[in-house]
Amino acid sequence: MGKKKGRFGEYGGQYIPETLMSAVQDLEKSYLLYKDDAIFQKEFMDLLKNYAGRPSLLYYAEKMTADLGGAKIYLKREDLNHTGSHKINNVLGQALLAKKMGKTRIIAETGAGQHGVATATAATLMDMECEIFMGKEDTERQALNVYRMELLGAKVNTVTSGTMTLKDAVNETMREWVSRINDTHYILGSIVGPHPFPMMVRDFQRVISKELKEQILQAEGKLPDTVIACVGGGSNAIGAFYEFINDDTVQLIGCEAAGLGVKNPKNAATIANGKAGIFHGMKTYFCQDDYGQIAPVYSISAGLDYPGIGPEHAYLSDTKRAVYVPVTDAEAVDAFEYLSRTEGVIPAIESAHAVAYAKKIAPKMKKDQIIVVNLSGRGDKDVASIARYKGVNIT
Amino acid sequence: MSNRIENVFSELKRNGKKALITFITGGDPDIEVTGKLVLAMEAAGADIIEIGIPFSDPVAEGIVIQGANARALAGGCTVDKLFDMVKRLREKTNIPLLFMTYANPIYAYGKERFMAKCKEVGIDGIIVPDVPFEEKDEFENECTRYGVCLISLIAPTSGERAEKIALEAQGFLYCVSSLGVTGTRNDINTNIAELIEQVKKVSSIPCAVGFGISTPKQACDMASISDGVIVGSAIVKLIAEFGRDSITLVKEFVEKIKSSM
Repeated sequence: MGKKKGRFGEYGGQYIPETLMSAVQDLEKSYLLYKDDAIFQKEFMDLLKNYAGRPSLLYYAEKMTADLGGAKIYLKREDLNHTGSHKINNVLGQALLAKKMGKTRIIAETGAGQHGVATATAATLMDMECEIFMGKEDTERQALNVYRMELLGAKVNTVTSGTMTLKDAVNETMREWVSRINDTHYILGSIVGPHPFPMMVRDFQRVISKELKEQILQAEGKLPDTVIACVGGGSNAIGAFYEFINDDTVQLIGCEAAGLGVKNPKNAATIANGKAGIFHGMKTYFCQDDYGQIAPVYSISAGLDYPGIGPEHAYLSDTKRAVYVPVTDAEAVDAFEYLSRTEGVIPAIESAHAVAYAKKIAPKMKKDQIIVVNLSGRGDKDVASIARYKGVNIT
Repeated sequence: MSNRIENVFSELKRNGKKALITFITGGDPDIEVTGKLVLAMEAAGADIIEIGIPFSDPVAEGIVIQGANARALAGGCTVDKLFDMVKRLREKTNIPLLFMTYANPIYAYGKERFMAKCKEVGIDGIIVPDVPFEEKDEFENECTRYGVCLISLIAPTSGERAEKIALEAQGFLYCVSSLGVTGTRNDINTNIAELIEQVKKVSSIPCAVGFGISTPKQACDMASISDGVIVGSAIVKLIAEFGRDSITLVKEFVEKIKSSM
């Protein structure tokens, strides 16, 4: 952390309209209070265990390992959590906190719909009103998740401004929050936005690497050589990285969505193509033009289709503690099919970006080396759009 | 820092009058019309004019100004083109001019370079809604160095922070009338009068009320409890509808608001 509050080096901060400041400061105060509160932590752990189904498995991908002929590959199975992704970890923490703060209504943005589904689920569980904001383009490519959210009792608002994707869904949720902050909590879905969100969401997600560390030590008696995760905003990645940051021997690799390629304008690779800027409440890297207009990014994965990256990742990248690599649509789709056919596990197209990179580096590594891929979500939601991508008609 | 903003407020105060601050988005419908609109609004009685630098993602704006931002960007408006326009305008007018924009266009341009350019062309201040009090040191040094006022905002939710903000405010204090984003509203039913009273106890900074003021009646009501009113979306709406032909209509509208105050 830097000298200022809520900073990771120079990144982070609280760049938000004055109207939101009091709500964000209240949130910070409440979070700091409950973070160390034994009862809150017990309730949170209980939800993770008995509702989300944690701990998630650390699965040895034996067939994939044999096929690639290099490092041993393990999958951290966040896809097996209730609602099908790591998103539930953060959502349960924030919903519980919101409830303690006396809020009665939850709002959230969603890209692929995983965060929206998790939020709608938690709101139902805790008897709170719930509204989700989702870009029009994403409601079309993730229609199944829209229906799931509605089934869970949430109202889904289609966002038609800007590029009609995740960035615009965040804009609209912020606008909604400014209009109604007294009874409403905004459950941000990633380690982005103004402080305390990047810190708080990371804390709720760090359970991933906490479990992972114990599980790998039990299975192998040593730490992994490499941990790989996909990065949009970066919540599953920070969750998978966090407990290893001080373990210098563990290489941390974030996979960004390179869309049609890093040199093609249709990509969302923020570290590869972005520069420092200020947007969505934080200072971090953003894909933008020379005048600071936020770029209309693209990825086949609605969940990685975001022009920024969490400020903690910007810091880990600058300090070279983690590296961020671009993975294209084509590589991700290939990995999506590969994992389905090799291990019988259909990964989310987001997570498939991490699988793709593991596939690339595993053969070059030694057999006694270990790669852990954080399999952040399951791919049922993507089946229709991958079929479309492949030109297969399944309707 | 002697500047046009302070001079206008002290002059109005001497005459027992209130300031009318008007807003338009630069480059909507095009740069040339923006320049003409500035002069027309001045002629109609505006005391200070805010020009929005369009941004791809204006999160503090309602649907009307979002539309103006999108049109201006689609029309090719850039910060450099607006600086050039202001430079030309300054040959014709001495009215205080402010830029309203978001942090990223300034940051990307280079903070130092941006403020130096403001000074060079005659921009008196900037309003940056996503830079609250706690983050104002992001731009403060550069603003001070080039004599550009960094306008502070307070909102109905500011609570005790309002006083702290007022004590360090420059130019005038932008008082956000109600929760939510910019845009016209039927009612402004917050504690804005109390908020201004609270501020006045600790500071003599002029207070101008904005967000949702679209009718002469609202302008009159808000002017009676403050030192000025800010009208934006109602004007931008006229520009959205009438484009290049909006100049006369905007002028008449601003005259009507002014005469009510």
